[in-house]
Amino acid sequence: MLKARHTTGLVFFPAFDWAISPTHPEREERLLYTQDQVFEEGILDIEGIQEYKPELITAQDVQRVHFCVPNVADVTTESHFISAGGAKTIAKAVMDKRVERGFALVRPPGHHAMRVVHGARGFCNINIEAIMIEYLRKAYPVGRVAIVDTDCHHGDGTQDIYWHDPDTLFISLHQDGRTLYPGSGFPNEMGGPTATGTTINYPLPPETSAEGFLYAIRNVVLPILEDFKPDIIINSAGQDNHFSDPITNMNFSAQGYAELTRLLKPDIAVLEGGYSIEGALPYVNLGIILAMAGIDYSRVTEPGYDPDRLRQTPAVTRSIQRTGEQLLSNWRRRESIMALVQNGQPFSERTRSIYYDTDNITEKQFETLRICSECSGVYKIDSSADGGRRILAVHVPRSACRKCRSLGYEWFDTADKRKFTGVYLQDRSDDTYLQRP
Amino acid sequence: MIIGLDVGGTYTDVVLLGDDGIVRANKVRTDSKALFRTVQSGLDTIIEGIPPDQIRRIVLSTTLTTNAIAQSKVSDVGMIVSAGPGVDPEFYRTNPHYEVISGSIDHRGREVEAVNAAEVEEAVRKFIEKGIRHVGVVGKFSTRNPQHELLINEQIRSHFEKVFLGHQISGTLNFPRRIATTYLNAAVYPIHKQFFEAVQQSLEQKGLKIPIHIMKADGGTMNFESSMNFPAQTILSGPAASVMGSLAFAFDDEDSLVMDIGGTTTDMAVLVNYVPVLNPLGICLGPYKTLIRSIESHSIPVGGDSKISVQDGVIHVGPERIGPAMAYGGPAPTPTDALCIMGQIKNGDRNKAIQGFQDIARGLNCSVSDAAVRVFDQTCRMILTEAGVLLNRINQKPVYTIHELQEGYQVAPRKILILGGPAPYFARHFEEISDFRVGVVPRWDVANAIGAALARTTCEVSLFADTQQGIATSPEELFSMVVNRDFSSDDAVQTASDLLRQKAVRQGASPEELIVEVIENQQFNMVKGFYTTGRNIRVKVQIKPGLINEYDAIAGILSTE
Repeated sequence: MLKARHTTGLVFFPAFDWAISPTHPEREERLLYTQDQVFEEGILDIEGIQEYKPELITAQDVQRVHFCVPNVADVTTESHFISAGGAKTIAKAVMDKRVERGFALVRPPGHHAMRVVHGARGFCNINIEAIMIEYLRKAYPVGRVAIVDTDCHHGDGTQDIYWHDPDTLFISLHQDGRTLYPGSGFPNEMGGPTATGTTINYPLPPETSAEGFLYAIRNVVLPILEDFKPDIIINSAGQDNHFSDPITNMNFSAQGYAELTRLLKPDIAVLEGGYSIEGALPYVNLGIILAMAGIDYSRVTEPGYDPDRLRQTPAVTRSIQRTGEQLLSNWRRRESIMALVQNGQPFSERTRSIYYDTDNITEKQFETLRICSECSGVYKIDSSADGGRRILAVHVPRSACRKCRSLGYEWFDTADKRKFTGVYLQDRSDDTYLQRP
Repeated sequence: MIIGLDVGGTYTDVVLLGDDGIVRANKVRTDSKALFRTVQSGLDTIIEGIPPDQIRRIVLSTTLTTNAIAQSKVSDVGMIVSAGPGVDPEFYRTNPHYEVISGSIDHRGREVEAVNAAEVEEAVRKFIEKGIRHVGVVGKFSTRNPQHELLINEQIRSHFEKVFLGHQISGTLNFPRRIATTYLNAAVYPIHKQFFEAVQQSLEQKGLKIPIHIMKADGGTMNFESSMNFPAQTILSGPAASVMGSLAFAFDDEDSLVMDIGGTTTDMAVLVNYVPVLNPLGICLGPYKTLIRSIESHSIPVGGDSKISVQDGVIHVGPERIGPAMAYGGPAPTPTDALCIMGQIKNGDRNKAIQGFQDIARGLNCSVSDAAVRVFDQTCRMILTEAGVLLNRINQKPVYTIHELQEGYQVAPRKILILGGPAPYFARHFEEISDFRVGVVPRWDVANAIGAALARTTCEVSLFADTQQGIATSPEELFSMVVNRDFSSDDAVQTASDLLRQKAVRQGASPEELIVEVIENQQFNMVKGFYTTGRNIRVKVQIKPGLINEYDAIAGILSTE
């Protein structure tokens, strides 16, 4: 009789009636064959595997993470509420110890959604992992969180949300940004002045195969996780590193994904991208589920799988090793790098331009962070987008000191109403979210 | 007239129904070692003096296959399984003679690896050596493309008495359950065949040349001939017969709970608009998870004869039954004793019941009569709590579209129909402690036999179309047609409905009572690059369980009796 060594919760929500557009990769059909494979394999009958029906998140769950412009309802659909709700359902089952681990097989994905949301980027509107994590931090004694993003695209949205949070370790493994959307995620992107080092970017050359991914996990990701000692490990489990994926150039396999999951031992995995819907997803998802549950996955192989043909070149291997050494060195020196970045200044400012490819919007941001020695610092974002919207968004961190908190409220109260179409306050220290007008 | 016969664990109930309701009703003791004799004696008493030509139909529900499986008294089966990539099929081993061979079909029904005839030959040789006469053949994704199973069947069928093929069981995707179900069909086939052939002969000797229908776990029936292909569908048909029997007395079309409160257990099911809610996949029996369609039911070890004990001031009801209530000479106090003490049940020995409750009263630090009230109250509350578990399970069933998540029907019954000996007493107290309206099924003592008599033929058909590959198939019906790109989900529903009607009539339904219900209808655009290359359509239709039309009148008469 088949039994899970680790009890595992699953939320399966393929949203069979939702698509960005009829022929878009993010369409109704995407998880159809995965469902067929999971059902035919009888996965949901295995003792120790429990399927949950997703709940819906609330608007406040979104506000805890995002500044939605002009408001939550205008930049989301029902589908996003269910997708994020699926992640939340799984996280609760894990925290309540109903299961040891959980996997939210949901769509649409979320890891390209940033702190400020004017629309959809990279098929994402709201960041489903961040919404889940911030809910956990509110409802359970969860402090330190590690997110390992194994989607082929840089998880720039998650990086943005946790850029200034030293309690959240964000590690992204992805195809080199010089060769793929969104074009970011280089080793020198290490986090803001008060959280330098807890953002780690591991770009991998095109045609990296299982050997390279597993090298990165074993030699870089696992030692850093060991050091960071998170309360919980989240895997943003994108599946577009697969050799058959139509929009990327990597050589990963179902066996490789399963092995990666076995090594990483995430408490919660959340599906992100992956658009080889027939040739990869059914097998990759099966492999990940079996690996999470501690069940033999050695026979999970996709059609056309030939490890010899997928072998990476020595040049790729060398490049991955070099990047890994650099990242480990950065990690060890993170405190001195942070001091360099802060450079004794009271405030830090940055200007950025963000493009929303899915909705074709360009946003300009001007950000001001208070560099604080007692907390990770309050910050505000002056954001304007095509169409004339300009907002001021103030974020007071969870562990905000008295000074930062009152500065946050001062920024919010004194913002010039004539300049902004909306002024927002996100006070994570007491779970308060305000907006005016 | 119709005969309904239900073989239960203790009693076998038989009813004869005519235009004016129940003509006769009888109970005989079940001899589990001689079920055929039990059935015969049940039939003898009910048809005595009735002209054979007056009887038009007979429906039987028996524990034959359930018992055989529970007691492992089934015959040896040879299983040939082909899996391809995925979970190791060794995990799904059902029996010693289980041969895994190569060959693989993918999720869209395309061949990935061919079957190896030499391996099949080798399996056959092993089976013959062991004297095996019944074989099951199951392939992964055979419900998408049965070609491999059919090929193997061609190769081996001359060597065995009967070969069961996985794809014929159900269109539902679940390889391990398909293996278990195919195995069970093959395993119970010989005893099922022997038994029902004996019943048929015996009826013919009595001058009854009428179609025999057999009760299934989903609350429907099938005829003798089709039962030979799916004998395992008769597993756990008894509880289904009771639910169908209570249907004749349902209040109205609103949701209601059905509770059968027995001595050892209480069984529950849910009716929505006169139709029992079905389990989405199938029966679980012992180690076997199956694709045998069944009524969604919940059985708990709490009944009129459950043993009562008190530990640290807490009342425990069940889970075991040691014997009848003390008021009826039993060894331990029970909820039935509580009812005797409360003066509600009048024909038991009240003094013995009081004696039995002395320890309980001491443990609860109250008088015997208070203890009785508390025990009975707790028993009722436990049953209601478990009813909540069943409702929650039905409502928590995962769904896969936004529409279903938002609009999905949530069962919320406000009514209970109760069957069983102590039903009237429970009915009163349920109404006192909850908002349920409670009704007692009038002829609960033979409701199972009535249910069997009046149940209609049920069946299901799945149709799968892939316009990119240009095919529409219903493997369980051995149906396949070429379709063009315009084939739509409406066409699919039409095709599936036609197949369903043919199947229902073949399985014993009368053509005029076929109401087709669409239970699944999904259509997906298949896209390659940025172009739509075809449609992937999945349709499932069924004849849902219910009572036969021509006896609506009888049901009407029964409910006013």
